[in-house]
Amino acid sequence: MSNCVEIRWHGRGGQGAKTAALLLADVAFQTGKHVQGFPEYGPERMGAPITAYNRISDEAVRVHSNIYDPEYVVVVDETLLETVEVTNGLKKEGAIVINTEKPKEEIIPHLKGYEGDVYTIDAKKVSLACLGKYFPNTPMLAAIVKVSGIMDEDMFIREMRASYQHKFARKLEVIEGNMKALQMAMKEVQ
Amino acid sequence: MAVDLEKLNLKAPWQDLTVGMMIHEGGTSKEFHTGEWTAVKPHVNENICRQCLLCVQVCPDSAIPYDGNGRVEVDTDHCKGCGICAHVCPFGAIEMEGF
Amino acid sequence: MAKRDRLSGNEAIAYALRQINPDVFPAFPITPSTEIPQYFASFVANGQVDTEFIPVESEHSSMSAAIGASAAGARSLTATSSCGLALMWEELYVAASNRLPVALALVNRALSGPININCDHSDSMGARDSGWIQIYAENNQEAYDNMVQAYRIAEHEDVRLPIMICQDGFITSHAVENITLLEDEEVKGFVGEYEPEHYLLNPECPTAVGPYSVTDYYMEAKRAQAEAMQNAKQVILDVAKEFGEMSGRTYGLFEEYQMEDAEYAVIMIGSAAGTTKDAIDQLRAAGKKVGLIKLRVFRPFPADEIAAALANVKAVAVMDRADSFSDHGGPLGAEVMAALFRARSQAYAINIVYGLGGRDVRVEDMKGVYAELERIAETGETGDTYRYMGVREQA
Repeated sequence: MSNCVEIRWHGRGGQGAKTAALLLADVAFQTGKHVQGFPEYGPERMGAPITAYNRISDEAVRVHSNIYDPEYVVVVDETLLETVEVTNGLKKEGAIVINTEKPKEEIIPHLKGYEGDVYTIDAKKVSLACLGKYFPNTPMLAAIVKVSGIMDEDMFIREMRASYQHKFARKLEVIEGNMKALQMAMKEVQ
Repeated sequence: MAVDLEKLNLKAPWQDLTVGMMIHEGGTSKEFHTGEWTAVKPHVNENICRQCLLCVQVCPDSAIPYDGNGRVEVDTDHCKGCGICAHVCPFGAIEMEGF
Repeated sequence: MAKRDRLSGNEAIAYALRQINPDVFPAFPITPSTEIPQYFASFVANGQVDTEFIPVESEHSSMSAAIGASAAGARSLTATSSCGLALMWEELYVAASNRLPVALALVNRALSGPININCDHSDSMGARDSGWIQIYAENNQEAYDNMVQAYRIAEHEDVRLPIMICQDGFITSHAVENITLLEDEEVKGFVGEYEPEHYLLNPECPTAVGPYSVTDYYMEAKRAQAEAMQNAKQVILDVAKEFGEMSGRTYGLFEEYQMEDAEYAVIMIGSAAGTTKDAIDQLRAAGKKVGLIKLRVFRPFPADEIAAALANVKAVAVMDRADSFSDHGGPLGAEVMAALFRARSQAYAINIVYGLGGRDVRVEDMKGVYAELERIAETGETGDTYRYMGVREQA
């Protein structure tokens, strides 16, 4: 399937990488796409490295394997760069998005010679500024949407608001913070 | 599928059995003569029996009937010959016979 | 009106169950099926269903309670995986032999050991001779559609057998994918009310369930059970036809993908069939005549139909997501090989054990299987007809 975009998420248990992958599937579905969002399951616990995946396509997705040659990789926790081969199979026409406060030049040497585009975002700064707590998945979700261009940004923002209104029906106060985090992340990622 | 229980015998083909071998009738244990399981039966000496009815209550097979007035003859179709009645009789009126 | 949505396989099953609104749902949690009773419990709490939900202390109890409820006249079901199914072992046979149309939402997971929570079919394949109808799904859509059809099959007067609706643990149960859902009223109308002729809570007709069967009757009881399983085949097709008219989605005993002129065929069960379809599209684009039979119904086993579908292939690979440890092949391999032999098939046939304990199956793996079939047909050398795929070997 040539029009199928494959995304691989690397995070640590508890950071919400799986939730982010499911949210991305959700919002891409709302824009009319065929989607898959699934985590790789094992006995992992809080803090252990986890992987989650997305396929986003104009046609029905039939493949049920993990993703080995993704167009995009999202690294929710930069300490994973030392322990996980995050760039494995990553297409050089694609890109990697990394959550870090370091400048890009300091990160690139850790990417095993990856030749494609490298984007960074300080999700901690965004999260603390907008939510007052450290939830890296919301900024990372916005960052990958911005970098991949898999959907129109305005549509993404609109659908995320609808999604949050459904998800946080009893905690409306958290919606604005999350929306601010999404918008700020789209500006911050570079 | 309604099944005529009368047809359920050793000649019944599998098609005539009830679905799941369920039995769709109450009290069918009466049809099964468990009294054939033994050759030992209680014999009540009516001259000694005082109609205290203790045997009626202890019989595990409800094989010593009470007709409203008193104990009547032992139902040998269902008595398995356990001998509890003879054991509990305070007057020694019941003897197990057979063999 | 069909409704587009995106749900995980477990959500899809729970959604179908909400629409079915069964009478009794006893459950005990086990990964990866836990979400099904978990979501369903929230429907109960919200008053969206009037099901009697019974949290029990083990799977032995959940199946026992489902059996008791079914015998009493209720439409009942439970959900489980792996070791949970194993703990129901005795009850599976009780449900089937008492001819109680209990449903079981099974989320396939490897059965120990080594202990593992991921997908293979060793749990349900172990229960393949218990007398349950077994229907498998490739994705969340099929799991949902199969669940909606389940009671119509199980409760049919020619069948009256319990039914297992299986899907692949995590691969489909926890993957969010697009799905088309039926309206609540459509499902309600399709499934209908359960009106058993005989049941324990009917004061008009006292009934005994599960009486002892002496040798003089036991074989007749089993023969009748075998007949019911044979009848299930036509009922499954009839129900699928009616479901197709309502939903626009067609189902049979198995799906044939690019089989019309196929020279090399794979037959398999479950989610890896979707991956295989992508491999087929790529190989077809390169001029290879390759096809797939994706088995939906494993019990009753459509032996003659499969043999007919494979009549013109040169070589076939039977893919088993479970091993039988017979030193001879897996469960699907044994069935398909027997079917081919009886049909006097001249095709080369190999049996491949794959995907155990969640071992991933890629498009490339399946292309490799077709390449191997082509090699076998050209050389006439099958090599080992019972082999493993995707396992590390010594060089």
